[in-house]
Amino acid sequence: MSAILNDETKKVLVDPLVSNNPITLQVLGICSALAVTSQMSTSLIMSLALTLVTAFSSAAISAIRNHIPSSIRIIVQMTIIASLVIVVDQLLKAFAYDISKQLSVFVGLIITNCIVMGRAEGYAMKNPPLESFMDGIGNGLGYSLILITVSFIRELLGSGKLLGLEVFQLTKDGGWYDPNGLMLLPPSAFFIIGLIIWAVRQWKPEQAEKVEFKILPIAHGEGGHH
Amino acid sequence: MPNEKKQCEHTAKLCTALEKNKNYQKAKAYADRVLALSNDSLEKTIAIAVSLCLVCAVLVSFAAVALKPLQINNKALDMKKNILDVAGLLEEGRDIDSAFSDKIEAKIVDLETGDYVESINAADYDQRKAAKDPAQSIAIPKEKDIAHIRIKAKYAKVFLVKEGGAVKSIILPVNGYGLWSTLYGFLSLDADGQTVQSINFYDQAETPGLGGEVVNPNWRALWKGKKVYAESDLPSMEKGLIAEADMGEPALSLIKGVVDNNKPGSQYQVDGLAGASLTSTGVTNLIRYWMSKEGFAPYLSKVRTVKGAKS
Repeated sequence: MSAILNDETKKVLVDPLVSNNPITLQVLGICSALAVTSQMSTSLIMSLALTLVTAFSSAAISAIRNHIPSSIRIIVQMTIIASLVIVVDQLLKAFAYDISKQLSVFVGLIITNCIVMGRAEGYAMKNPPLESFMDGIGNGLGYSLILITVSFIRELLGSGKLLGLEVFQLTKDGGWYDPNGLMLLPPSAFFIIGLIIWAVRQWKPEQAEKVEFKILPIAHGEGGHH
Repeated sequence: MPNEKKQCEHTAKLCTALEKNKNYQKAKAYADRVLALSNDSLEKTIAIAVSLCLVCAVLVSFAAVALKPLQINNKALDMKKNILDVAGLLEEGRDIDSAFSDKIEAKIVDLETGDYVESINAADYDQRKAAKDPAQSIAIPKEKDIAHIRIKAKYAKVFLVKEGGAVKSIILPVNGYGLWSTLYGFLSLDADGQTVQSINFYDQAETPGLGGEVVNPNWRALWKGKKVYAESDLPSMEKGLIAEADMGEPALSLIKGVVDNNKPGSQYQVDGLAGASLTSTGVTNLIRYWMSKEGFAPYLSKVRTVKGAKS
């Protein structure tokens, strides 16, 4: 393995999983993380789609990085990303029709996912194609890890199922579990992602942001309006 | 003479080949020159933009064209699945195609007269395509276009579920504009053309989680047993009214909040979708439109009277 993967590749592949996770550290790509995580099946497909798009767009952008005019570089990146997303959307419509119906607009919204753009602008513009490809895979996997964790919790607590298979028998079907309706609504992902970020930063305190300024107590005689 | 001709042909071929090669050389020289330019020069910016767009366009069109047959097949299968679903006949694990051909009969209805049209093969007829073809469609005058669909096909494709020769349910295609998109769906009625069995939307792009809840099974279940037309307007079969009857205007609508089932008139009301007033209005409008004289009322009144005549 080490012959194929040099240190840089390994770093870009593994780092985004926890220590530089696009969702928990950079807090990017939250929109789709809220929207598609009520079921594991949709999150898995979304993760796969985003990982592929990030990897291939990074590789393509990196391959032509020395010829991209700086005045139109964002448009060039967007064009490549958008084309790949359309291809992925077409593939889903052809091979996973039901899932593509459930994901509806969110596949198209990969185009505006900050992770994809962020990797293109932040990494692929300065690094060779293979590393950029791996960087895309790594960040896609980091995104996937959070998405799958969130959807695991949401589907289990929200509908007592995992991947559509019953785990907890619901009270309405004569079982014991009363599902938590909040888990089926997008805001629940906010709470879960928040908790995950808190847990990760407890484990790796260096991820916590430095306090930029301290609120000083009001000095005597200076309070009130001026 | 023939030899000369052959030679001529040969030279011509050689010439085109040479010409092609020349063009290729020219293109290559141009590409090399442009690539060597500074990234910020105007010429290179335009050249890169144009060539990138060309490459991306080819990629996207290739994917779209190559995958089209699979997608069309998926859509057709999904449509059948939706029809089976709205008829309550969807069984897990059963082949959709065979279930569909076993239980469901497609019929073409002339919307204006309400009669069946036997001259068109129902299996090949695509109502949505027909609505786009000026020869097969009718523009809806603005004041009547409450569903905001602008055009409708002259003939509608309805589906009948039969059991032992008798019609068990009538499945009608409906469409109308919601908030972002035109919703396409099926409304399934009892053989009386009045009582709702179920509704589903197979094609819509409303806000997921809000208007998109039109596909939620719990909400759809609320439709069961609702009545489309106000009862007093109906030609009563007991009175023996067999003549073509005016079905009256549809009364069914979505309301804000939750329907109180004890109140009079609740049989004409369905809960509106929370946080989706415009989608809810759109659904009310499409039901109102398609159940009116502009839509299926003539057909449904015939269904009723024919049934009344038989019994």
